[in-house]
Amino acid sequence: MANGADAPGQRSALAQGFGDLSKLVVGAVSDLGGVATLGAQVVRWAARPPYRVASFFSQLDFVGVGSTFIVCLTGTFTGMVFAHQSARAFELFNAESMVGPTVALTVTRELAPVFTALMVTMRACSAMCTELGTMRVTEQVDALETMAVNPIQYLLVPRVLAGLIMVPVLTLIFDLCGLGGGYFVSVVVKNVSAGTFIARTQQWLDPEDIVEGLIKGAVFGLTIALIACYKGYNASGGAKGVGQATTQAMVQSALGIFILDYFVGVLLH
Amino acid sequence: MAPRAMIEVVGLHKRFGEHEVLKGIDLVVEEGSTVVILGGSGSGKTVLMKHMIGLLKPDLGQVLVEGEDIVPLGAAELEVVRRKFGMVFQAAALFDSMTVFENVSFPLREHTRMSEAQMREVVRQKLDIVGLHQVEAQYPADLSGGMRKRVGLARAIVLDPKIVLYDEPTTGLDPITTEYVDDMILEAKAKLGVTSVVISHDIASSFKVADKIAFLSGGHIVEQGPPARLRNAQHPALKQFLHSWFEKNE
Repeated sequence: MANGADAPGQRSALAQGFGDLSKLVVGAVSDLGGVATLGAQVVRWAARPPYRVASFFSQLDFVGVGSTFIVCLTGTFTGMVFAHQSARAFELFNAESMVGPTVALTVTRELAPVFTALMVTMRACSAMCTELGTMRVTEQVDALETMAVNPIQYLLVPRVLAGLIMVPVLTLIFDLCGLGGGYFVSVVVKNVSAGTFIARTQQWLDPEDIVEGLIKGAVFGLTIALIACYKGYNASGGAKGVGQATTQAMVQSALGIFILDYFVGVLLH
Repeated sequence: MAPRAMIEVVGLHKRFGEHEVLKGIDLVVEEGSTVVILGGSGSGKTVLMKHMIGLLKPDLGQVLVEGEDIVPLGAAELEVVRRKFGMVFQAAALFDSMTVFENVSFPLREHTRMSEAQMREVVRQKLDIVGLHQVEAQYPADLSGGMRKRVGLARAIVLDPKIVLYDEPTTGLDPITTEYVDDMILEAKAKLGVTSVVISHDIASSFKVADKIAFLSGGHIVEQGPPARLRNAQHPALKQFLHSWFEKNE
């Protein structure tokens, strides 16, 4: 009897599970399509005059200059932590000279683009999404349209271009700070010879490693700016809707960064 | 000579998913007149207005603005048509990151080559028309609801449009501010000679400002005509809509 009574309940739980999963998949595919469509519209409107130079520079300032301090701080401490941990491991094999190249390769290829994109997502893209969402639910976006101003060109093009351009620039800054932090811990704290650190790093680090990080930075920058713009631009349902849109944008951006990191890395090699 | 039609809506149908909001709307807005589209909440008034300015595309039907069907137009062509319009939103929809001056001068910056001094003069004139002075440097958050609506109207008329659309202009306002907004609509018409379309469920305001009222119910315009005629209309939905208000206020 117990089995007979449980069976419909189990079936209903299973059906609900499949239902939730299918909703999740449909939602993800729909969002992916939406972001891609928006990306195409941004490209189309970016090519058409008027070119909003002031707004573009304002977004470069907001995304790039505004994020420089936290990127420097994150880069420095990431390099320091990585140097500290790898020095402890290399000490076991008397191979402390490899700390410099290890920090350099890991930071330039992986940590700099990923951490920079995450920091820009949290600091700039969250604000972008909330601002656009608020403009949408308070009809400011409709107001732009009624004033014969295309909202994609006016609002989204400068933001997406700023993400595309500034995340690689910030990645480069992260590289420098990470290497600086790694140098400080290795040479000053762990007493690795400065000459060894620099010579080994030069020996192992190729320009292609830095370029790989910058390409990843550009891909991540474009992705996170498009996701933030897509979610904010399509927000609905008042303050709660804007909050939900921002949460979704943050989660999807973070996931997007990690997923793309793998595929871009594979493609580049 | 009969006044020409500024906006003509012909056989307009619009469906959102399963819900058919507009089921064949026919409406003519004559040049220089004020037409109020009256109806209850959720009757499709805003949807109808958004079709007039091309923010929504109908499933079926035509929207003619000065004789040109705007339904098949693309984004760039619609921008040209929209320059004939000014729109006052329910909650004003002012850009909250901009001052009053920046808000009102926004269309001038976008569509004219005026100098800063010329823009200051035009903005001052338009703010005078809506009865606002010395507010140029303030932000929308510093203004009352009524003042924001007036700034919204100043922005809507700054390019001297032929048509002004008002989306629920008196919703959420106290009786004194409501009266002020009604007067503002009448003055804008008298001073600028614009054609106005007002969507509202405020019966008193509608009867005050309208040359013609169109009552929207169940996806159809069930009655339309001058306010005096609609006062005695026999359509049950309109009778019910008007009955409670007139009973309380007469």
